[in-house]
Amino acid sequence: MTATLQEHPVLLTGGEAVAHAMRQLDPDVVPVYPITPQTPIIQTFSKMAADGEANTVIVNVESEHSAMSAAIGSALAGARTITATSSQGLALMAEVVYIAASMRAPVVMAVGNRALSGPINIHCDHSDSMLVRDSGVVQLFAENAQEAYDLMVMAPRIAEHPDVSLPVFVCQDGFTITHAAEPVTLLPDEAVRAFAGAYPADRSVLDAGHPLTHGPFAMPDYYFELRRQQTAALLAAHDVHVDVSVEFERLSGRCLAPYEAYRLDAAERAIVVLGSSAGTVKDVVDALRADGEHVGLLKIRSFRPFPAEALRHLLGDLHEVIVLDRADSPGGAPPLGADVAFALHGYATPVRSHVYGLGGRDLHPEAVRDVFLGCAPHYLGVRGDECLV
Amino acid sequence: MAELKRWDQLSRGGTVAPADVAQPTTGDWRTSGKPTLDYGRCVNCLLCWIYCPDSAIVLDGTTLSGIDHDYCKGCELCVEVCPTGAIAMVAEEAL
Amino acid sequence: MSRLKTLVRNQHGVQPLRGGHALCQGCGIPMVVRTVLSTIDRPTVVVNATGCLEVATTRFPTTAWNVPWLHVAFENAAAVASGVDAAQQALRRRHALPAGEEVAVVVFAGDGGTYDIGLQALSGALERGHRFLFVCYDNEAYMNTGVQRSGATPFGASTTTSPSGLESFGKAQQRKDMTAIAVAHHVPYVAQAASTFWDDLSRKVERAAAADGPAFLNVLTDCPLGWGHEPRLSARVLNAAVDTRFWPLYEVVDGKYRLTYRPQKPEPIENWLGLQARFAHLLAGDNGRLVEDIQRVVDADWDDLVARCASPRP
Repeated sequence: MTATLQEHPVLLTGGEAVAHAMRQLDPDVVPVYPITPQTPIIQTFSKMAADGEANTVIVNVESEHSAMSAAIGSALAGARTITATSSQGLALMAEVVYIAASMRAPVVMAVGNRALSGPINIHCDHSDSMLVRDSGVVQLFAENAQEAYDLMVMAPRIAEHPDVSLPVFVCQDGFTITHAAEPVTLLPDEAVRAFAGAYPADRSVLDAGHPLTHGPFAMPDYYFELRRQQTAALLAAHDVHVDVSVEFERLSGRCLAPYEAYRLDAAERAIVVLGSSAGTVKDVVDALRADGEHVGLLKIRSFRPFPAEALRHLLGDLHEVIVLDRADSPGGAPPLGADVAFALHGYATPVRSHVYGLGGRDLHPEAVRDVFLGCAPHYLGVRGDECLV
Repeated sequence: MAELKRWDQLSRGGTVAPADVAQPTTGDWRTSGKPTLDYGRCVNCLLCWIYCPDSAIVLDGTTLSGIDHDYCKGCELCVEVCPTGAIAMVAEEAL
Repeated sequence: MSRLKTLVRNQHGVQPLRGGHALCQGCGIPMVVRTVLSTIDRPTVVVNATGCLEVATTRFPTTAWNVPWLHVAFENAAAVASGVDAAQQALRRRHALPAGEEVAVVVFAGDGGTYDIGLQALSGALERGHRFLFVCYDNEAYMNTGVQRSGATPFGASTTTSPSGLESFGKAQQRKDMTAIAVAHHVPYVAQAASTFWDDLSRKVERAAAADGPAFLNVLTDCPLGWGHEPRLSARVLNAAVDTRFWPLYEVVDGKYRLTYRPQKPEPIENWLGLQARFAHLLAGDNGRLVEDIQRVVDADWDDLVARCASPRP
């Protein structure tokens, strides 16, 4: 299974690709609980471990809340720790996600993005990631199975960097990426091992010689400063991500920077989007460019920390920026749209916002075309909401 | 009370190393006097030591050497459990 | 009294829990913590659920703990401990830890963080067989938040969410038998203990810490404020709990039950109820029938326990 999967592409789903990255990273501990559509990740990895291809202690916990809890205990004991979840699982562990960030536990988590209930739905949207948008964790979004693999390989280096020491989520669209087979080029095992290195833990709860109290109770006199310190670490993750992506590109030839600018040269209008729909938008950009339209795409890989400065630089003089959110904030601004509008505050560029794809509703190229050409309702493709010209 | 620190002076994750901090004193919680040890009656049974919620019974090896009034809250458990009546509550010194 | 001297020596000159914390005058919890930690004579990491002990000992930037200590949330101490245990196993397997003794993983949680919100994580950790000791300091209510009833609150107790009043006699439900729930997980060691019975508790800690797998200790611990008694009377109150057979002291080793304390002369339940303000209403007015009900349940549970101790391992 292992020796032949190197340097030429093999057909893998996003879930399998991430499992391979985990096999190669050989984490110390993986505490995990099943939920669709993340299950192929843990099932594939469990089989790999059972066949001796990873020397990992897998802890089959009794809920996702316990998965993230165990992950904190493990990471603070100096063990490289990876887990995975989706949707309701992420919702259930949300409390602990915030705490993992505040305790500066460098847990890496694969997220198979799936819609939050209700109604219960197992298909893709980004509402689960958005639920923990404010938790202080790094959130990286993959466009396809290759990016999911690459970002997972990079993730421990970002999470465990001393300036960061935060959870890093590697997000891939549920089913669209987790379950769809694509050509994926894996790095050689030794290359991944060398790239990831060892977890540079500088403290451990197993070190009784240097006892530390972790997880304090803070009154109003200190809570704000403790949170401010945590925010500084999240902001520092941007430069660390850039550095790690430069190193990764030297190794693989692939660039996984915090964002990807696609045909933004002399663009008049650009779409901003997360995840697999970037691929759809790229196709439409190509078609419209061939028709003489000046359109482009800014794909965000690092949703948190948000690359506001780069966005201003790339989009600040466009005629229009259009944000496609695969999540909603009913009664307010959709999350990605809000970040883009906030980043462009003070610029003359108008920002238009749409919500698409909730609960796995496909985004068709025709709809993206309509978005670029200015005739699309706020909620794309919802029966009952048609664009009134 | 120590001066409050800036955010960039805090340890990562808000961890606290016990060696780095002095505990606040809790002796001012007492309201009914302070427990005082009569060494003549003390038989070093160590019952007061295990009962004290505030770790305020001071030992020299396994021998009682005093009561730490900086932390004693005056619960009187030591008075109650001492089998020889070697501990008694005595009025605090006048301010 | 040589056991106490041993406990002192096991501290190697460093108190695991030092003074300056904000636990109440006469709080029963530190006795449990200090007995447990000074019985275990090897490096220990403490995982603490949210509650009185955690809040009062770790107000940033102070700490009363001289051992590695972590607090994550209320319901997940057993899950956090599972992660620490898994890390130790993984790192040891890779020879990534300094040679030496295994670090003991000890959880302290109140009854809320054990019987109620903590039950799921505890059950999972017991089932998975992690090497850890879970100590419940059971003071029979959510004390830290103001004495609200929990699944551990005894029948008839008055708490702020099960107050006795003109139309109510206090908690209307029997408390859970958490010790039995732990036994049902088929773990190597389970025991019921009481904070002031420090010798019995310490012996149980020794056996628990030597268990090849999970161990659970349910330790009845007084709360002078919540129970309504003078702080100095802890020993008298807990003696009554045990001598009235309200709280039997026993252990279950690989499923085999053994009583560790048999009251010479069992006392009537009024002797336990009468020492605490939370039960005062039961001994007033026309609540005699309730007291009989309580006595009946205590007697039946005792007979049941004695029978289990007598029978061979199932």
